[in-house]
Amino acid sequence: MTNFATLTRMRIQLTLRNKMFLFFSVIMPFGFFFLYAGVFARGIPYLVQYFLGPVIALTVMGSFWGLSAALVTFREQGILRRFHVTPVSPSDMLASSVVANFVLTLPTVLIEFLFARTIFHVTHFGDLVSTFVLITIGTVSFASMGLVVASVTNTMQETQVINQLIWFPLIFLSGATIPLANLPLVAKRVGLFLPATYLVTGLQSAIFASYAPWSVDVLLALCSLAVWALLTFFLSAQLFRWEPESKIPRRAKLLAAATAIPFLLLGVWENKTNRTISQAQAMFDSLNAPSKSAPPAGSQK
Amino acid sequence: MANSILQVENLVKRYGDVEAVRGVSFSVEEGEVFGLLGPNGAGKTSTVEILEGLRTLDGGRVSVCGLDPQRDSVALKHEIGAALQSTSLPDKLRVIEALRLFASFYKRGRKPEELLKRFGLEEKRNTFYNQLSGGQKQRLALAMALVNDPKVLFFDEPTAGLDPQVRREIYDIIEELKRDKKTIVMTTHYIEEAERLCDRVAIVDHGKVIALGTPRDLKAHSGGTTRIEVRLSKPETDGALKNLEGAVDARELDGTYVIHSRRPPQTIVSLVKHLEAEGNELVSLEIASPSLEDVFIEMTGRRLRD
Repeated sequence: MTNFATLTRMRIQLTLRNKMFLFFSVIMPFGFFFLYAGVFARGIPYLVQYFLGPVIALTVMGSFWGLSAALVTFREQGILRRFHVTPVSPSDMLASSVVANFVLTLPTVLIEFLFARTIFHVTHFGDLVSTFVLITIGTVSFASMGLVVASVTNTMQETQVINQLIWFPLIFLSGATIPLANLPLVAKRVGLFLPATYLVTGLQSAIFASYAPWSVDVLLALCSLAVWALLTFFLSAQLFRWEPESKIPRRAKLLAAATAIPFLLLGVWENKTNRTISQAQAMFDSLNAPSKSAPPAGSQK
Repeated sequence: MANSILQVENLVKRYGDVEAVRGVSFSVEEGEVFGLLGPNGAGKTSTVEILEGLRTLDGGRVSVCGLDPQRDSVALKHEIGAALQSTSLPDKLRVIEALRLFASFYKRGRKPEELLKRFGLEEKRNTFYNQLSGGQKQRLALAMALVNDPKVLFFDEPTAGLDPQVRREIYDIIEELKRDKKTIVMTTHYIEEAERLCDRVAIVDHGKVIALGTPRDLKAHSGGTTRIEVRLSKPETDGALKNLEGAVDARELDGTYVIHSRRPPQTIVSLVKHLEAEGNELVSLEIASPSLEDVFIEMTGRRLRD
């Protein structure tokens, strides 16, 4: 077996034995699920279907908590040093944690779909291919962002502070908690600079509006998240430090900030065209449309 | 020298303005147990970690198994095994899983089960790392250093922080490796450890090698004198103690007078007489047979342990 494969197995084993994991990967996502499906959607199937996008986006985005915490702990406790005297490479270490995270996130998402079907009687789940690809790329990209956070912080405490600072805008300005259509215009405009907005809208378009992977909305989310995932993963490998006492290079914070570039550019363009905002609005408006089970006519291509 | 398995020439390592290693040179032969003995902060760990390819060097040349630890880092890592200082494993990793995981990183290797047996860890096979005692963790660390059946082993302070009984267990393990003709480079600040385990010792202080040789040669070189340590009720001048019968050297180290003597009984008799005449009193007296500690005191005017 390759280093990557055995490390991935170790990560999965360790994560399953970790109580923090139970909270972030099981209790929190299912908590959100029942809050959204039971309270916000009042258990009404087509409303549950509408909220599945945001719920799954939250599950996917949660990846960055666990990944940043695990990497910082490994470094802080001198665990990474031990791997440093073996032929293992930084990308083996990082890629294995990203893949392990994906393997562990997938069942949670599947169970959310299963609950939606059995408990809330949702019968349509939109375009499953779009959904699966978005979940995959979303998990990888947010996990990589966690690795970048770990590379510009030294202690668990610092990591948690940064994580909180990132988490709140991500969940409140992206449509993951409050639908984008309900946000004030300023908040919408800021939201357009966040990767989370495209993940939420993309997933909602796939699940609620059945958009195919090659439709503009899904494709845009896929491409932007993929570019971002590559960039963040590449940077996390560049900034990787084995030793607890090795200093964060001065350029590291600058480079970490560079991960914002793809969504800065996309945000500028989106703010001009208002494409994502109107898509979110269209899906939201369709909730009040007379035909209850039909997805929005919207701008489906 | 030319076919030494490990060579260090004029090694220099800086951390900011601090020069931690200042021109260290030595070489290690195949099958030898080589010790770096010195106080904390002497530059031992920096030296070893450069040899392991964990740190970059700022000057000089090193070669391990004919490889440059910087350039041929991955190739080197297949050839060496290490028990590092201040390292750890994930809390919830079981002993056998740790051995299997690390064994999977190498082309060749030993069977994890065999290592478990050899290091007395069979009973702890399925125990989580965080439930192991200090001694068990250290035995696992040594076992893990052997998973790839390495050509050179590095043990950085293998017994630091362990109680005496556990320390002896670790000594037994290292002595067994020695019988297997393993090449071992170890650091320590325990004199007994260096004397008992090492074929040759480099005494390191402030980033420099201040003495190098077999423990026996080093001790012989320092005169092979017996150390007498006394505490007195009143201060005394070093000069007066130097003139005691049989004494070759006397100095004060943190309130204790350390006298080196060729003829200890005579020295003690004349010490007692001298104190009586001065109206001074003996608070305590200890006699130690010649050790590497004496070499260190002689070279630096300080004690090795702090």
